[in-house]
Amino acid sequence: MNLTLHIWRQKSPNHAGHMVRYEHTKVNPHMSFLEMLDVLNEELIMKGEDPIAFDHDCREGICGTCGFMINGVAHGPERATTVCQLHMRHFKDGDVLYLEPWRAKAFPVVKDLVVDRSAFDRIIARGGFISVSTGSAPDGNAVAVPKKNADLAMDAAACIGCGACVAACPNAAAALFTGAKISHLGLLPQGQPERYQRVLNIVAQVKQEMFGSCTNIGECEAVCPKEIRLEVIARMNRDFLFANWTARGETARLDE
Amino acid sequence: MELRSKTPSGPIEKRWDQHRFDLKLVNPANKRKYTIIVVGSGLAGASASASMAELGYNVKCFCFQDSPRRAHSIAAQGGINAAKNYQNDGDSIYRLFYDTVKGGDFRARESNVYRLAHISLNIIDQCVAQGVPFAREYGGMLANRSFGGAQVSRTFYARGQTGQQLLLGAYQALLRQVGAGKVTMFPRTEMLDLIVIEGKARGIVTRNLITGKIESHLADAVVLGTGGYGNVFYLSTNAKGSNCTAIWRAHKRGAAFANPCFTQIHPTCIPVSGDYQSKLTLMSESLRNDGRIWVPKKKGDTRPPHQIPEGERDYYLERKYPSFGNLVPRDVASRNAKAVCDEDRGVGESGLGVYLDFADAIKRLGKQGIRERYGNLFDMYERITGDNPYEVPMRIYPAIHYTMGGLWVDYNLMTTIPGLYAIGEANFSDHGANRLGASALMQGLADGYFILPYTIGDYLATTKLERIDSSHPCIRDAESCVAKTTNRLLEIRGTRTVTSFHREVGKLLWDECGMTRNAAGLKSALERVPQLREKFWKNVNVLGGGEELNQALENAGRVADFLEFGELMCLDALHRNESCGGHFREEYQTPDGEARRNDEAFSYVAAWEYAGPGNQPILNKEPLAFEYVHPSQRSYK
Repeated sequence: MNLTLHIWRQKSPNHAGHMVRYEHTKVNPHMSFLEMLDVLNEELIMKGEDPIAFDHDCREGICGTCGFMINGVAHGPERATTVCQLHMRHFKDGDVLYLEPWRAKAFPVVKDLVVDRSAFDRIIARGGFISVSTGSAPDGNAVAVPKKNADLAMDAAACIGCGACVAACPNAAAALFTGAKISHLGLLPQGQPERYQRVLNIVAQVKQEMFGSCTNIGECEAVCPKEIRLEVIARMNRDFLFANWTARGETARLDE
Repeated sequence: MELRSKTPSGPIEKRWDQHRFDLKLVNPANKRKYTIIVVGSGLAGASASASMAELGYNVKCFCFQDSPRRAHSIAAQGGINAAKNYQNDGDSIYRLFYDTVKGGDFRARESNVYRLAHISLNIIDQCVAQGVPFAREYGGMLANRSFGGAQVSRTFYARGQTGQQLLLGAYQALLRQVGAGKVTMFPRTEMLDLIVIEGKARGIVTRNLITGKIESHLADAVVLGTGGYGNVFYLSTNAKGSNCTAIWRAHKRGAAFANPCFTQIHPTCIPVSGDYQSKLTLMSESLRNDGRIWVPKKKGDTRPPHQIPEGERDYYLERKYPSFGNLVPRDVASRNAKAVCDEDRGVGESGLGVYLDFADAIKRLGKQGIRERYGNLFDMYERITGDNPYEVPMRIYPAIHYTMGGLWVDYNLMTTIPGLYAIGEANFSDHGANRLGASALMQGLADGYFILPYTIGDYLATTKLERIDSSHPCIRDAESCVAKTTNRLLEIRGTRTVTSFHREVGKLLWDECGMTRNAAGLKSALERVPQLREKFWKNVNVLGGGEELNQALENAGRVADFLEFGELMCLDALHRNESCGGHFREEYQTPDGEARRNDEAFSYVAAWEYAGPGNQPILNKEPLAFEYVHPSQRSYK
């Protein structure tokens, strides 16, 4: 297979970037998308050209490291698939592909297709946890968790933090990511004591990081490789409203 | 070198409690005066960092990934063992201990394994409290399944993403401490050397992967939770970035390396499809519960599977092991797959694969029944191969996925360098020559949450640690060593890429020191690995500079270490004249092809000591005694 690739090249955060055209003639339909780029990089190195930098690690679709836009779609055309699990058999000989990094103010470009997603870590550090120090846990079966809640919490917890939702959103909002964490912890009995303070803290951090606001467009759900559903945003909004209307400083709320 | 394991004596069930009592404590007000470096943010590193910060220590945590949440622990699928006996099926701490010692083929320390089984109970409690969404029964209680040939259901799981959920729990605990100011996180920062001052580990030299800046970080103790070395084989189920650089460079600074030849192969991976292949993907072993493994009886049979009549198929596991059939342990299944492929009966384009056929199971359970059990695995297989496993048999082949060997540690998890600790897969401690399924997650979290936070206090409380000035000659020396290596790699500008060398050494080691080994092959590898290393340092081509994001440069440093480490692995495999666990020497097998251990000669931990470049490493032995579980031969006939 032959492909024409237009790839965003940017030497560093302080350099201007531009698209560069590459003719790739060694594409095998069984390759993964990243293996296709590996082969291109090996050729570039042999020609003495700087290889294309892209983030990747597990190549099994679970670590959330990889990701870029392929023809304007985060992680490319296949549903529920990270770019490392996308195979070239889904493309045709002669296809022209445009590869760009995630575009969002909160995700500055580091180099080529690599962006800085540390804003996500700062959001979690602000409140995406249950405060339980090692050693202070009761027996695992001391608190029953309704199966339905455990399943819904797992659906939300499946988020891999890749940032595709932000990249796909016209507002560059992080609502699917934050909604997923707020849902995961808020659905479990263990997450109740901090439930409302958590949502206030996380939303405050999201604003500081310059993510946009959610306007319920739904692009995030369409590209999410783990099929996190929009309902997590609804849960977040409900908890946020409740927390704001009833906030009384440090007062603890035990339930709705 | 003296190996003092510090293993307590007395009744095995009391040893850890007694030892914990004997450990010296650091006064809470003094804890905040100490700084601890943790390298790696996987299950072991993240849980250790969080727990030590909760105690009051100042922690600096380093990872090469862009976020601590990406460490490769995240890819573990199956589950985590704990001897809770929630299923009332006769499980106990003693049974988990017994299974683990036996599964490790009698090459692990009994005291360590018992402690692991004991702590397994606390791990589940801790993870549940953190919000890990384990599978539940309708009544709201935790669900369990049986795993890896165990006869009790003791495995806790979160769908097929247990590693991910446990890591996110530890990551969230870690980031809570980042928010509290007790942990400073250094992502995209790689450890490139260990700073040893007056015989004690006092810091690390790192390279900032974005700016290329080489820096030193000082501390009172250093903890390595940097995972295993499976990527020495190039193709493995490890993440692309997983490497042995931290533990290897610590080894070169004086930490003994134990049992490097103990590597584990997973039988159900997707076969290699071409020479561009970058990694292998594992599929849960549970597939073997319903799939039947076969190859054609005839050599070089290229007919598609549906054209091969029943009578011309060889269901070789069912034939050779009638009582266990397709469910024989990982190593037996793997070796038999290799054997039939070596006989030219392998399937697929490369001939390196065997069929895993669900046709009978589909007849019995219907497509829907199979979809309910294995739907996500079938989807994954189809996504990668493009074949529909409901219509054509899957093709599978074994791949490297875990390494039992690692830095030698005592009962306190301290290496042979005072103040340097190794936790999780980076150490050698608990799995012996073979790890049981769902035990890796258990060990990583046991080390990080419940062992290291106690034992490190004993060292700090009993050791006089001088204040160190950042201009200390040992620090300058380590920094200049790192800078020199980096510059050397950039100056070669040869004609071959880093990956081509990695692929070549990986293939060589897979052939000679992989699923099966023999003396002739290992001797040949011991000649060829150094030759390849020499070629690498003459002819590798690393473009770009050191003061920028340079992924080829990062990779070059890691491959250079694999080229050194691979030699030690072969040396260890050659010296161990027996077969045990993941180490199968062709010369040492029973007449029916099973592994033959030699307990009289090899019931010890082989701890290799670095003796300088070009010198033969020195072998130190820690004898193993089995007071509770008596060595026996495995049989699956």
